[in-house]
Amino acid sequence: MFKTLLTLLFAVCALSAQAAPDPALVRQLADEDSSQKVAAIQQLTQTADPDTLRVLKAMSEDSLYLAGDKVVVIDGDAAFDAASGAAIKKPETADAVTVNNRLRGELANALAALKLFDADPAVRLASAQKLQSSVSPAMVPLLARALAQESDEKIKSLLTLAHAQANLGNRDPAARLAAVRALAKTSSPAIKTALLPLTDKANEADSRVRYAAISAVKAIDSNLSRTEKIGQIFSGLSLGSILLLGALGLAITYGVMGIINMAHGELLMVGAYSAYAMQSLFRSYFPEAIDWYLLAAVPVGFFAAALVGVVMERTVIRWLYGRTLETLLATWGLSLVMIQGARLLFGAQNVEVANPSWMSSGIELLPNLVLPWNRLIIIGFALFVLALVWVLMNKTRLGMFVRAVTQNRQMAGCVGVPTSRIDTLAFALGAGIAGLGGVALSQISNVGPDMGQGYIVDAFMVVVLGGVGQLAGAVWAALGLGVVTKLLEGWAGAVIAKIVALVFIIIFIQKRPQGLFALKGRFVE
Amino acid sequence: MSTREVMRKIFGIEDDEDNGFGYPDRQTRLDLSHNVILYLEDITVSFDGFRALNKLNLAIDAGELRCIIGPNGAGKTTMMDVITGKTRPDSGRAFFGQTIDLTRLTEPQIAHTGIGRKFQKPTIFEQHSAFENLELAMKTDKRVSKSLFATLRDEQRDRIAATLTQIGLGHEADRPAGLLSHGQKQWLEIGMLLMQEPQLLLLDEPVAGMTDDETVKTAELFLSLAGKHSLVVVEHDMSFIERLGGKVTVLHEGSVLMEGDLATVQNDQRVIEVYLGR
Amino acid sequence: MHTPFTLRFLSSIDRKSGIALAVFLAVALLAVPLLHSAFPPESLFHVSTYAITLVGKIMCYAIVAIAMDLIWGYGGILSLGHGLFFALGGYTFGMYLMRQIGRDGSYGADLPDFMVFLDWKELPWYWHGSDSFLWVALLVVLVPALVACIFGFFAFRSRIKGVYFSIITQALTYAAMLLFFRNETGFGGNNGFTDFKRILGYSITAPETRLVLFGLTALLLAATFVFAKWLVGSKYGRVLTAIRDAESRVMFIGYNPLWFKLFVWTVSAVLCGIAGALYVPQVGIINPSEMGVANSIEIAIWVAVGGRGTLIGPIIGAFVVNLAKSWFTVSFPEYWLFFLGLLFIVVTLLLPQGLIGLWKSLRQARAGKGGKA
Repeated sequence: MFKTLLTLLFAVCALSAQAAPDPALVRQLADEDSSQKVAAIQQLTQTADPDTLRVLKAMSEDSLYLAGDKVVVIDGDAAFDAASGAAIKKPETADAVTVNNRLRGELANALAALKLFDADPAVRLASAQKLQSSVSPAMVPLLARALAQESDEKIKSLLTLAHAQANLGNRDPAARLAAVRALAKTSSPAIKTALLPLTDKANEADSRVRYAAISAVKAIDSNLSRTEKIGQIFSGLSLGSILLLGALGLAITYGVMGIINMAHGELLMVGAYSAYAMQSLFRSYFPEAIDWYLLAAVPVGFFAAALVGVVMERTVIRWLYGRTLETLLATWGLSLVMIQGARLLFGAQNVEVANPSWMSSGIELLPNLVLPWNRLIIIGFALFVLALVWVLMNKTRLGMFVRAVTQNRQMAGCVGVPTSRIDTLAFALGAGIAGLGGVALSQISNVGPDMGQGYIVDAFMVVVLGGVGQLAGAVWAALGLGVVTKLLEGWAGAVIAKIVALVFIIIFIQKRPQGLFALKGRFVE
Repeated sequence: MSTREVMRKIFGIEDDEDNGFGYPDRQTRLDLSHNVILYLEDITVSFDGFRALNKLNLAIDAGELRCIIGPNGAGKTTMMDVITGKTRPDSGRAFFGQTIDLTRLTEPQIAHTGIGRKFQKPTIFEQHSAFENLELAMKTDKRVSKSLFATLRDEQRDRIAATLTQIGLGHEADRPAGLLSHGQKQWLEIGMLLMQEPQLLLLDEPVAGMTDDETVKTAELFLSLAGKHSLVVVEHDMSFIERLGGKVTVLHEGSVLMEGDLATVQNDQRVIEVYLGR
Repeated sequence: MHTPFTLRFLSSIDRKSGIALAVFLAVALLAVPLLHSAFPPESLFHVSTYAITLVGKIMCYAIVAIAMDLIWGYGGILSLGHGLFFALGGYTFGMYLMRQIGRDGSYGADLPDFMVFLDWKELPWYWHGSDSFLWVALLVVLVPALVACIFGFFAFRSRIKGVYFSIITQALTYAAMLLFFRNETGFGGNNGFTDFKRILGYSITAPETRLVLFGLTALLLAATFVFAKWLVGSKYGRVLTAIRDAESRVMFIGYNPLWFKLFVWTVSAVLCGIAGALYVPQVGIINPSEMGVANSIEIAIWVAVGGRGTLIGPIIGAFVVNLAKSWFTVSFPEYWLFFLGLLFIVVTLLLPQGLIGLWKSLRQARAGKGGKA
């Protein structure tokens, strides 16, 4: 296919052969010395005509040969004169022009640069983006020409940057100064590295350029740190939403009902394995709709975890109301059973749960700052689950009953609330919410039998920090903890950040044992 | 700098000199020069906007037996919480004698200055025997280091035995306190208070759940204590209060509605309104 | 009138426990070494090195169980962080064992292998003196005591109780585990300490060394038991249980629960630390997973299985659970977690007083049938 296109291109070129590249330069491409070759490539790139593109492309595909004194392109049985593009008889003997790694880099650059003149704006954009990271001073005229022709604003701004970068090596101090000033607005570490030599007297004689470079580096640094801050806050929010998803179910079972459920992490696991099961199901039966398995996993995860919750409540937890420490131990036992159960059902290894295609990639907020879709969707999903919990607890009869039972069980029973059914339902609800959290977590972390253990400490920390019985507290605690952890991470690394966060919570709880949102009153012990 | 000072500097403990490992058995320097054992001045306590105590003023004379009545939510229990250090007032001061500011002390410190408290619900150590309950309450050095090597002297044994007889539990000394009847538990708690040898006893509904016979005995006990000790009794049982015969204070919505003897109080129009509603 | 302290100490042991204790010590200090060395390995009476190591390990666990019973059974404070103190003791003594390797490590350097691997040039400051047995033995007591004291002081001062306290101790040990997982912390990261060669110059794998360690552990277990028995029998013990049952009453009769809790908490931590220090040379490895959340909760189940608040129960519990564990992990490894999980559930639901409680009620039922009833 590609070869045919190439042939077609050659045919077109042969018809309009007047803009042919300089044969001497073409000959130089086949020189013994690779430095000479590089020079030739750079020279040829300046002309930026379709024939050059053709020759360089041939060279990068290893179909450029030296036949005697002539540089030819050999494509299967066909052969063309490299300089003119005219079809010739295939030579008897021809030596391949060797292309080493350095040359390949040069060629890739050159080909990218030449694509700046492509008719398709998307190709031009890709080319301009590619040039951001590697541009040589020799490209200045070429970039200038491309810039003059370009109409698309976005490409234009990228080209300006590339042009400025190329100009950093310009002999003319004024050009260098202009380049430095143009680059000061960016926020790329690569450009900073390019500017750094210019801040040194040894490399830059002109003091105006040097000062401009120094202030440009400073400006880039501050841009960089701003981007970094925004990035950290975003990943903090993302972590916060994950913590929140992990903790929301617990906010009901522990926060509202007062049950210490150490198997909470395993309810998350049930949700995550539900996502895995739905993925397998879709793969086998509806492969064309595989992208939508996650939507099916949401209700499945909820009900699977809720069902497990009902069984847990009916068999174990119900006998231990009011004996919190015993509940803690018994639910820990449940968690061990569930972990081992998952191992027997799904294997001890982590299973692979893939992101649907619509969750991959992301939106680019700033250069160097891409917000991945899966993170954004999880933040959104956390908000959705939060809203769901809020509505259920505050706007439904079930929520009212739950609150009534937790405030005064006997009284609620007296006015006709079926307390034991409400306990089961409320626990199932908490478990189901945990299941939803698990479905979400399956998209960003490992899914395996032990996954729940990693969340249990965090989840309890969020609920305790937020204040027991306080939905709003849990939200603030999760987000605050997420952002603080990520900011610390930028400063001290992930493990230390986690330790510092834990220690912070421990200290905080000492100061305010009731959490962020404390209940006060005579009845609080 | 002593370790204690260092601890205070580092941890910001505001306590006075006896915050070592507990409290030495020292004679409380209670200043009763104006013959008043307890002052409450403008005490205000609020929980989430609800004022449990509202500028409460109260003075108890040394040796007095004072009864406090009031409808539910009048602030009786909160007042005791403030005196014993369980609740810190938002504003106002509470003085024990002339010099000891109760609002700055912790519960155990207050117990050591000489204030004993009986809770509304009998609170005793159910797993311990009646004897051990009294032993733990007995006035003595209550620091960790002393409790590790404490042994009972003969006179201490005798005192415990005497108190057990006094509260009618002489033959129940070795029974776990949890197995006692409700009335016996009330008595045991009163016995624990006596073992503390407090100057001031706060008694929250001491005869709730007692038989008439037991109530009469309790009244006799309290009357025998008055004079040597000061007593503040919160009760709903009017016949019991009548039997005690002291001054009666009526609390309403967190402050004192009126004070006087029982007959005056019972015939007061405001008090009747408060109890019966309008 | 004034009885000497040692006498009172021993008088806290009743006659039956005294006999049991004597039998236990006789078996551990005389019978086991004799059976081990006098009979050839193929003999029926031979006690294998495997058995000695296993029982030695479980005796360390039993010390931890007693420590846990003091704080939980008598103090009413459920710690989910006792694995931390155990590991701290283990790591502290492990430092000494690492130094005893000397140049016999695989790099043949003065520094422990993992430091050579990290390209460290000298020991971190906290390793100084770790070649001295006495200093390390002191640290085994001081390090857990200090950590427990500081943490406990703040926690108890803020009156953190019940489940809150449990969760916070869990967070504490979890944070410590993360810290020890880091290579930069200077305790061997993931792998921790292992490949020990010598202790006090004697080969650590020699049967004699193993027997001595075994005997020391048995002695220490007995001492811990006597000490704990004395502690809970003292007035202090009565105040402690009083705090467990009605803390506010204790405060209003003039005891400050802070110091009483802090004392038992620190004692408990120190016992765990010593147990950990004895555990490491016998098992031959210590790594951060000892601080894992699961390990600490498992300690609670030993106590619960045996019967909390009984001191002897936790020892039985530690033996029952850990013997079951080593049997399961060899015979049915995939069912061990099921068994353990069900044990947690069954004990909390059906046997709140543990095996001791079960035995007592069985005996009462029999006495009731046959006797006066």
